Amino acid sequence: MSQVPANLKYTKEHEWVRLDGNRAYVGITDFAQHELGDIVFVEIPEVGAELIAGETFGTVESVKTVSDLYAPLSGKVIEVNQSLIDHPELVNTATYSEGWMVLVEMSAAEDVNDLMDADAYTSHLGE
Amino acid sequence: MTELRRTPLFSLYKKYGAQVVDFAGYEMPVQFSGIVAEHKLVREKAGLFDVSHMGEIEVTGPGAGAFIQKIITNDLIKILPGQAQYSPIANDKGGTVDDVLVYCLNEDEYWVVVNAANREKDWEWMVSHQPENAGVTLRDRSDEIAQLALQGPLAETILQKLTTVDLSQIRYYSFQTNVNVAGVTSLVSRTGYTGEDGFEIYMDASQAMSVFEALMEKGALFGLEPIGLGARDTLRLEARLPLYGHELLDDISPLEAGLGIFVKTAKFDFIGKDALLSQKENGLRRKIVGFEMKDRGIARGGFQVFGPDGPIGFVTSGTFSPTFNKSIGLAMVELSYTEVGTEFDIEIRGKKARAVVVKTPFYKRAKA
Repeated sequence: MSQVPANLKYTKEHEWVRLDGNRAYVGITDFAQHELGDIVFVEIPEVGAELIAGETFGTVESVKTVSDLYAPLSGKVIEVNQSLIDHPELVNTATYSEGWMVLVEMSAAEDVNDLMDADAYTSHLGE
Repeated sequence: MTELRRTPLFSLYKKYGAQVVDFAGYEMPVQFSGIVAEHKLVREKAGLFDVSHMGEIEVTGPGAGAFIQKIITNDLIKILPGQAQYSPIANDKGGTVDDVLVYCLNEDEYWVVVNAANREKDWEWMVSHQPENAGVTLRDRSDEIAQLALQGPLAETILQKLTTVDLSQIRYYSFQTNVNVAGVTSLVSRTGYTGEDGFEIYMDASQAMSVFEALMEKGALFGLEPIGLGARDTLRLEARLPLYGHELLDDISPLEAGLGIFVKTAKFDFIGKDALLSQKENGLRRKIVGFEMKDRGIARGGFQVFGPDGPIGFVTSGTFSPTFNKSIGLAMVELSYTEVGTEFDIEIRGKKARAVVVKTPFYKRAKA
C-alpha cells in the first residue's frame, strides 16, 4: 500500500504539497516513486522560475522511464532541493521529507482549494 | 487487441512482488525489488529470471543441419552435439530477421531459440524457406517448453545444490540434456544474456514452477532473488548484447550492429550472403557504437543523434548503468562518428545533450 500522509495535499498527477503559510513544498508521492522505480535524474527549474498550476515544471527520470512534473499551484520557486542533483534516489527513499523538489511562494492562495486531501487522494489511487 | 500471453510462472509473480508489464505480447515482470538492486545482485551474487516467453522451434530430420546452415549467418559446422551457437538470421537484403541460439542436440535434431517478439515471424520465415522433400520437420514447441535463466557468479554453486550432474563440466556455450534439476528433467546450458556466468534451464512448462521454487529455496542462503526484464535490459546493455527491435531490425544488418564475427561469408551459401558480402567489400556507411552521456539525462531508443551539420543517426538503446552510475547507450551513427572519443549531440525532449563514443562492452566480467 502506498503511504499517504494525512498532513499533506495532493494532485491527481501524484504530486504532494506541504503547506507552510503562503509557501508550499512540492514533491512526488509514494505511489509515483514506486511506479517509476529507481530515480536517477530530477530536472527542476531554478530559483526565480514562475510555476503555473497544472503546467509542467520539470521531469523525473528513472531507469525505466521518464515522467513530467506538474505544478500543483502557481507561484515563484524560492528554493530548489540541490541534494537531488547528486542523490536523486532520495525521492525513492525519503519521498515525503528529503525527497522534496521545490519550495514555492504561492501567488494565488485559492489554488489550494483545487488540491486533494489524503482521503480524496487515497480514493483517487483506488480508482 | 489480442489477449496477452502468460508464461507458466505467471502466478508466482505476485508472491515475489512483481510489477507486470506487456512485453512482446506477454505479461512479464519488469521488476521485483527494483531494477538497480536486482542488477547489482546479478553482478555480485545471482538472480533468477523467467524467460519462458522465448520461443523454441525444433528442427529435426536428416536435412535439419543443412536447413539451419542455410538460414543462419554463423557456421553451424563449428558445433557438435551438446553445443550451442549464437547467430543472426539475415534476410535477402542483409537485414536481420532475428538473432537466435541454435542448440545441436544430435546431428538430425536442433532447437532454434528465438525472441518472443519474433516467434510468429521466424516460424513463417522458416516454413517459407523449408526445402521440399529434404527431410526437414519443423515444430513450434514454445508453449510446451519453459525457460529459466540463473545468472551471476554464484549461479553454479546454487544450481549444483539441485543436481548431481557435475556442472563444472558444462563449458561456456555447451549444454547437457536429461539433467535432473530438483527432480525435473531439464536441458541445462551455460549461456545467458547478462554478461555474467550462468545457466539457461529448459524444462516442460508444467514443471517450471517447481524448479523455480526449488531454486529460490536453495538459493536463499546465497541471496538469490527473482529478477525482472528491467534489470535484464540494463545487464545486457552494459555487456553490449544486442536486443532485437533495438540494435537489430529488418533494415539493420548484423555487420552494422557489430556482429561481424557471427557472419561467416566464407561459408558455402546462406540467405543474405550476397548482400552481406557486398556490405563487407564496399564498407559500411553506418555502425552501432557505444556512448556515454556527458550531460545529464538518459538518451533512450529512438532519440535522434546530431553532428555539427545535422542528423547523423539514432539511439538504439539507452539506460542508466547501475554498475557505473552513468548514463550509457548504443547508437547507429554515420561511420565518421564511430571513433572512440568522438562527440555528438543527442536530442532529449527537445534539448541537445552531449555524448561521447566509448569502447564497448561497457562491462566485462573478470575472468575467474
